[in-house]
Amino acid sequence: MIGDASNLSSRAIQLGFLALLVGAWQLLSSLGTISPLLLPSPDSVRIAFVKLVESGQFWSSLRVTGSTVLQAWAIAMIAGSAAAYAITRSRFLVAVFEPVIAGIFAIPLTLLFPLYILFLGIGPSSKVAYAATYGFFPVALNAIAGFSAVKEHYLRAAHSMGASAFATFRHVMLPASFPIILTGIRISFFITFASVLGGETLSSVTGIGKRIALAAELMEPAEMFAWIVFVIVFSVATNMVLSMLESRASAQ
Amino acid sequence: MRMTTGARIFWTRCAMLLAALLCWEVYARLWADTRFVSPPSLVLHAAIFELFREPGVIDALVTSLWILFVAYALAILFGVAIGLAVGWSSFGRKAFFPVVLLLYGIPQVILLPLFVLIFGIGPACKIAFGLSHGFFPIAVNVISGMKNINILYLRSGHSLGASSFDIARYIYLPNMLQSLFTGLRLGMTLTLLGVVLAELYVSTQGIGYWTKLYAETHDPAPLFALIAILALMAVILNELVRAIERRGLRWRG
Repeated sequence: MIGDASNLSSRAIQLGFLALLVGAWQLLSSLGTISPLLLPSPDSVRIAFVKLVESGQFWSSLRVTGSTVLQAWAIAMIAGSAAAYAITRSRFLVAVFEPVIAGIFAIPLTLLFPLYILFLGIGPSSKVAYAATYGFFPVALNAIAGFSAVKEHYLRAAHSMGASAFATFRHVMLPASFPIILTGIRISFFITFASVLGGETLSSVTGIGKRIALAAELMEPAEMFAWIVFVIVFSVATNMVLSMLESRASAQ
Repeated sequence: MRMTTGARIFWTRCAMLLAALLCWEVYARLWADTRFVSPPSLVLHAAIFELFREPGVIDALVTSLWILFVAYALAILFGVAIGLAVGWSSFGRKAFFPVVLLLYGIPQVILLPLFVLIFGIGPACKIAFGLSHGFFPIAVNVISGMKNINILYLRSGHSLGASSFDIARYIYLPNMLQSLFTGLRLGMTLTLLGVVLAELYVSTQGIGYWTKLYAETHDPAPLFALIAILALMAVILNELVRAIERRGLRWRG
């Protein structure tokens, strides 16, 4: 019961924090101490958001960014787990590749973004390729860790019972490594999402990132904040849902 | 003569790198469109004879290096301070740690145009953006390092009359060292990311100007060279942080 009470009060503090944030925003913008160019009032942001939705621009940008993220995420998941499967066939290959993959992941791959633009242009395909590259790494690293953690005697048992390579993968390796791979897939989603938005902000013709950059250039702070608030609410909600799904899947 | 596994791993990596460079060289010489791809030999040539003779490029590299250092130092300062403040009591951790984690999960790049509006296109914007990226992993790891401390250490510290500083220095610090170093390593990676994003976004000066110039004039050799130099700098900085990490954790054996 004590646990519940303190849980309740920390929930209250979190809600209070949110209320404080919105309150401070309202107060600061109504006092006029900060230029409305940098901090538009909450009400003007709400109006801008409604306008975005009504003009159809919201849905078209959301569709572009959403489909880019989904394509990149799918490529990252498939390529990442395939590479991890190939690498974990031998302990030597893991020793060769795992540190290299981790090392490359530690440098900002955004550096390569100008090359993607050079090769693929400023359309969505350059964003798909760039985000898929970024999202590949967490999937590959987690899948390598997951596949390597499968106990040797499970594999030997499956082998001696005459399981094919596919059956071993489907019924032994995948279930045994699933929770770790799932973490990689969740991280990969957020990295792909952020990379697509980043790519669109840097160089693009459409998409949410481009709309934010454009709103900033055209000095339309209300529209920019409408997009920013939308992305923040969306990513916080997605984060909560995916973490919940993940912990439920791992508990099974 | 048989090689040790470590040596075999090293030589396999070298062979792979060499093979990749060779394939790239052959492909670029024979088939590739020279407006898009340069062979590695020409990239090296461009690095030595074009980039290093262009004072603007040297300037941009040096500027972004010190921007990175300032941003990283500030990220450590704020990350450790706020991490300590939140992690100090179990109530603080319960109430604010989820808030910090949720903020960490936001794709911060959407704030980049806002940062430019607030701080302008100069170094201040890039420092602030690098700081906002590097801050979170450091704070999060400081907090989780304080989470699993043995309560008896704290009690005995209190009853022996330790001040708050003593408790931070002699009880929390040794206990969270592993986690702190993880945070510092991730913090370096993310500060680099933030600075690079801001550098590329502001295309009227610095690195962003040069990459844009080379890309738009279809001059791939110096573009590849510039990117390779930056990547090399990132690798060296990461290795530096990891070397410090190994040294810092050596006493634990």
